[in-house]
Amino acid sequence: MNQIATVSSETIIRPRPGWIAIDWRELWDSRELLAFLVWRDISVRYKQTVLGLAWAILQPVFTMLVFTVIFGNLAQMPSQGIPYPIFVYAGLLPWMFLSTAVGGASQSLVSQQALLTKIYLPRLFVPAASVGGGLVDLGVSFGVFAILMAYYGVVPGWGVLAVPFLILLTLVASLGVGLALAALTVTYRDFRYVIPFMIQAWMYLSPVIYPVTLVPAKWQLLLAVNPMVGIIDGFRSALLGTPWNLPALAMSTACACVALLFGLFYFRKTERRFADVA
Amino acid sequence: MTSPAISVEGLGKLYQLAHQSDRHTSFREALTSMALAPLRRFRQLRGTDTSMEDFWALRDVSFTVQPGEVVGIVGRNGAGKSTLLKILSRIAEPTEGRAVMKGRIASLLEVGTGFHPELSGRENVYLNGSILGMKRREIAAKFDDIVAFAEVEKFLDTPVKRYSSGMYVRLAFAVAAHLEPEILIVDEVLAVGDAEFQKRCLGKMKEISEGGGRTVLFVSHNMAAVSALCSRAVLLSKGRLELDGSPTEVIQRYLIPASFDAGTGVDLRSAPGRPAGHVAVFQSLRIRGASGSAMTSLLPGDTVTLDLGLALAAPLRSPRIGIGVNNARGDRIFAVATYLSPQPVERIDAVSTVQVTFTLPPLYPGRYTLDVSLSAEDGNFMDQIESAAAFDVLQDGFLGSTHPYFPEMGMVLVPSEWHVTAASRVDSGARPVDSLLSEA
Repeated sequence: MNQIATVSSETIIRPRPGWIAIDWRELWDSRELLAFLVWRDISVRYKQTVLGLAWAILQPVFTMLVFTVIFGNLAQMPSQGIPYPIFVYAGLLPWMFLSTAVGGASQSLVSQQALLTKIYLPRLFVPAASVGGGLVDLGVSFGVFAILMAYYGVVPGWGVLAVPFLILLTLVASLGVGLALAALTVTYRDFRYVIPFMIQAWMYLSPVIYPVTLVPAKWQLLLAVNPMVGIIDGFRSALLGTPWNLPALAMSTACACVALLFGLFYFRKTERRFADVA
Repeated sequence: MTSPAISVEGLGKLYQLAHQSDRHTSFREALTSMALAPLRRFRQLRGTDTSMEDFWALRDVSFTVQPGEVVGIVGRNGAGKSTLLKILSRIAEPTEGRAVMKGRIASLLEVGTGFHPELSGRENVYLNGSILGMKRREIAAKFDDIVAFAEVEKFLDTPVKRYSSGMYVRLAFAVAAHLEPEILIVDEVLAVGDAEFQKRCLGKMKEISEGGGRTVLFVSHNMAAVSALCSRAVLLSKGRLELDGSPTEVIQRYLIPASFDAGTGVDLRSAPGRPAGHVAVFQSLRIRGASGSAMTSLLPGDTVTLDLGLALAAPLRSPRIGIGVNNARGDRIFAVATYLSPQPVERIDAVSTVQVTFTLPPLYPGRYTLDVSLSAEDGNFMDQIESAAAFDVLQDGFLGSTHPYFPEMGMVLVPSEWHVTAASRVDSGARPVDSLLSEA
């Protein structure tokens, strides 16, 4: 084995008060572990369910149908001139990713305590793997969306090139919130009961079922403090050609980055106590 | 002299034990507590706050380990062994002191950490290997060896939830055994699995330490394993390092309480085997043999009397006193208890001596330790001490044979008589098979 390379490595164990910097080098060195954990989350998710991959299709489609009947038909929710089913589906794409990722990440440490108390590994990877595991579902949902677009005869414009950026932004927001909630849930166990309510409230604060334009223009920028406002609105602009709201997108991007930074640092700060409280 | 592989300097770990109110395991409690914080601060200033108690799980522990050494860490439950391993494995952070470790570290505090029941054996080998810190191509290169060591070739693509517990443990240990760290930290993992596999694991560990010049830290209650594997041992007691020396020396100290006195027996008031924070109810323990005088060497079949001195705050009704006897490997051999007796003790005074008499079973010669415990009628522990005292069982031709008796032959000696009956002849007391059959 390549022991010559590692023989010089020295580990110093001592108390570290205050905020702890992120060890990027360690994260990079053990990137394979992250890949394994993501792969495990994905394969376990589809092995355990009877429906397997069909689940990833049914869940957003079913939600879309319910929302279309209730909010589109009964409540006559405006949808910026776009057929309500694809309007709401375009919002569900990032929203379902985020809600699954945040929900999974926040439980990830509590449900895998052995990874905290029996072994040392870069613990950031555990919630991060839960977030990454949702990417497959997102891909499947996109496939369904393409079919819907074809059915409604909507042709995306050049805006579609912004989709990778928007997905990245969704990842950033999910990871930030997921890390913070994961750390909080380890310390305060009843947090896990709070999170489902939080996510539900968050959905109504995000323009999943309604367009951002429903909100008076002067409040839109404030609303965009919630990263999902800029992201969902951006998804609609990119895929369905609604007008871009760049100030809101910029605000949401900034807030998503702040959320990630906060999540990372809060996680690092509380990480050293995980083994003691888990 | 080369620089040490591990050097530990003044390592300590403080836990704050919360009494009743001050434990925020839930967010609601944390919020309540935050609201009450000013009041508590006020009480702390006045020194009337007793809700938090400092508990040093580890304190002032210093030692160094040279590359290639295999060091056993010995101590009773709660002595700080696991805390030490967790700190050295970087799982928990120390409160004070520091440790410097040179080289790649792998720790094995549990067998099969991260195994997922839904995944197949093959998938779990990769996953677990990666969690233990192996690179993908490293696992691929050793995959066949791992599978062969675990003997699970046929079940590689079966989810491990369908594995027998033995197969599960074998596969998990096999992955760990093929790690190639410079420093290996192992906790009690050999306590699982069948005897045959344990032997293979011990062999593999010996190979690891001798072959690669690797440094191994090894926690065990199995003194046989410690003396077989380790070149040195460290005894922890109540979070502190009590002795650092040869395995024989350390095992001896571990098994015989230092406060032993043949006349009065063992002073239990500050016994090291009592969990921290317990009030000392047991005061003394004396072992008396057949002759009635105090002794620590007994023979199979002896009538043994134990005198237990107790001091309680108040008389106790229906006390539940139990005494467990363990062999040198830490296996419980038998137990005697008030509640296992046809005449349970009805009441003990605040200060009293309790006597129990039993016949010593025909145990294999060697050293045995006694655990004592006292609980109230409702089952609440009032005191308990691990390895409160020890005695030796001597070999005295109990079996009437000159052949040596080895531990492998079993834990109890059973005298036997052997008769041979030739098939064609009828001896007294034994009849040919056909006459037995015709009666049926």
